[in-house]
Amino acid sequence: MIAELGTTTPDGYLLVLAILLPLVGIILSFILGGRSPERVALYSTPFGFALACAIAFHVGQAGKPIVYTIGGLPPPLGIALRADGISAVMLIAAAVIVTAAAFYARAKFATPHGVRESRSSLTFWIMLQAIWAALTIIFVGGDLFNLYVALELLTFAAVPLVCIDGRPETLAAALRYLLFALFGSISYLLGVALFYGAYGTMDIWLLAQRVQATPVVWTAAALMTVGLLAKTALFPLHLWLPPAHANAPAAASAVLSGLVVKGSFFLTLRLWFYVLPALPTDKIAAVLGWLGSAAIIAGSIIALRQARLKLLIAYSTVAQIGYLFLVFPLATGTQSWGAIGWSAGLMQLLAHAFAKAAMFFSAGLLAEALGHDQIAKLGGAARVLPLTFLTIALGGLSLMGLPPSGGFSAKWLMLQASIASGQWLWTLPILAGSLLAAGYVYRILAPALSDGQISLESAPKRSYEAIALALAMIAIALGFAPQTFFDFLEIGRPWRLGNHD
Amino acid sequence: MTPLMLAGLVGASLVGLGLYGLILHPHPLRKLLAFNLIGNGVFLVFGIVARRGAAAGFRFDPVPQAMIITGIVVAFAASALAVAIILRLSAESGRVTLDPEAWTKPNGGDAT
Repeated sequence: MIAELGTTTPDGYLLVLAILLPLVGIILSFILGGRSPERVALYSTPFGFALACAIAFHVGQAGKPIVYTIGGLPPPLGIALRADGISAVMLIAAAVIVTAAAFYARAKFATPHGVRESRSSLTFWIMLQAIWAALTIIFVGGDLFNLYVALELLTFAAVPLVCIDGRPETLAAALRYLLFALFGSISYLLGVALFYGAYGTMDIWLLAQRVQATPVVWTAAALMTVGLLAKTALFPLHLWLPPAHANAPAAASAVLSGLVVKGSFFLTLRLWFYVLPALPTDKIAAVLGWLGSAAIIAGSIIALRQARLKLLIAYSTVAQIGYLFLVFPLATGTQSWGAIGWSAGLMQLLAHAFAKAAMFFSAGLLAEALGHDQIAKLGGAARVLPLTFLTIALGGLSLMGLPPSGGFSAKWLMLQASIASGQWLWTLPILAGSLLAAGYVYRILAPALSDGQISLESAPKRSYEAIALALAMIAIALGFAPQTFFDFLEIGRPWRLGNHD
Repeated sequence: MTPLMLAGLVGASLVGLGLYGLILHPHPLRKLLAFNLIGNGVFLVFGIVARRGAAAGFRFDPVPQAMIITGIVVAFAASALAVAIILRLSAESGRVTLDPEAWTKPNGGDAT
């Protein structure tokens, strides 16, 4: 086992290619300018998707993580890249959503022939690729300090997208986001320093074998977790998220809400389930579960009170992030229900990413078509924008957790895990969150489906509506995921490898 | 008190002062300076880790020093980005505040 996770596997080069592709794209975009950034981003997305699929194929076939040690220097001194089940699935999800966002963004950020590129379009295409690169490093990184740099890259790429149109309120939202994120990353870095001081390595897999339940480990883990929670916008550190996500252009909001907050959540999973699985973490898992529950209730209730559609969707993200943190009490430990909780958490991660991206795309189309996104003035809008509202309804279906959808599978598995583990208290926030989500989705659909006269400023293009609908369909299709999919997610999970006895 | 202990205490108090400033000062520029204080405190702690040779068994461990350099570069980039946004905000609106209420228009206004 030691040799396997510390040395390069024959297919390890795929991980390097997956990271290099968007990075080369960024450099080319800078050099060529003009219409090229758009073309580079659009043309590189299919390759990125293919690479992600190839990585998933190799991981599935081998049944164990694929590894690449940079420069042939193995950990503890060198840096290893590893792709296991969850990295491969997240790489595919990121590739799909980035592709969708790139095609959707052509409406707003395309550069016409023979015109010099505008500052906002150049920024958008470069930052989109930068987000993709940073997420790829986060999903395959095996070194805590390397992951710190990736986390910072992700922030630096996401913040400009928030304030891309330069209005004062978006600049203020971006600044708030940046300050929260900087606090988060410096707290994470202090935790990393303590880990290095105690064990002399940053490698996730080596640390997992060395850690013991000492005060320095708990302090380091607490600092890293608080930092990551600030970046994931878990209640009560969510204050930056709604203005930032609601003020960004729709294509950017979808990536920010669907993927960027998932990057820091992914690292929280890595920390507790991959670095510290050998420690007794029940109490901390319960604290994270409570924070998640509070996020579900508070986020949903605030979402119910929003006047603007995009703010409603952004607060719904705060609530759905809460669900993610229920994975900690439901999947900790070696019992059989842990596997159910783990599947539930990952399913929620994916279902929310696709459903929320679809909803932000639709909200953007709706705002373009109507010239506003006031929920009170949506009367009769579903008649003139049927496809857009179908997408919002399908996305909402998954957020509520109605069958058949990815959201339903996630919440159903969570309920199963909480009953099987005897922690029935967690069923309350899960069910209450679903009811409240039904409430805020109803608030969008009810006026839209009612009678009313509404005039379109411009009809949205069918192809853009189709992109949003396709993402919503993926969120629904996740509800039909077979057992092999959940087995795939278990590949590389420490307890499953039997490293710890 | 050994020099190591003194350096550790200085690092800890820098982090504490910075955290205080980050939370209590309303002005973004002061918050940014406070963030830099925290950063320097963390780098100092990291430096002590290097001086102690960590668990790697070296007399002076060079790895944390490399990481501090990286961290300083990242913190510098972050500060530059934040200052750029603050300048732009001041140029666009003539005032610099993070209060979300200050930007809400009476009826919500802007779409997209």
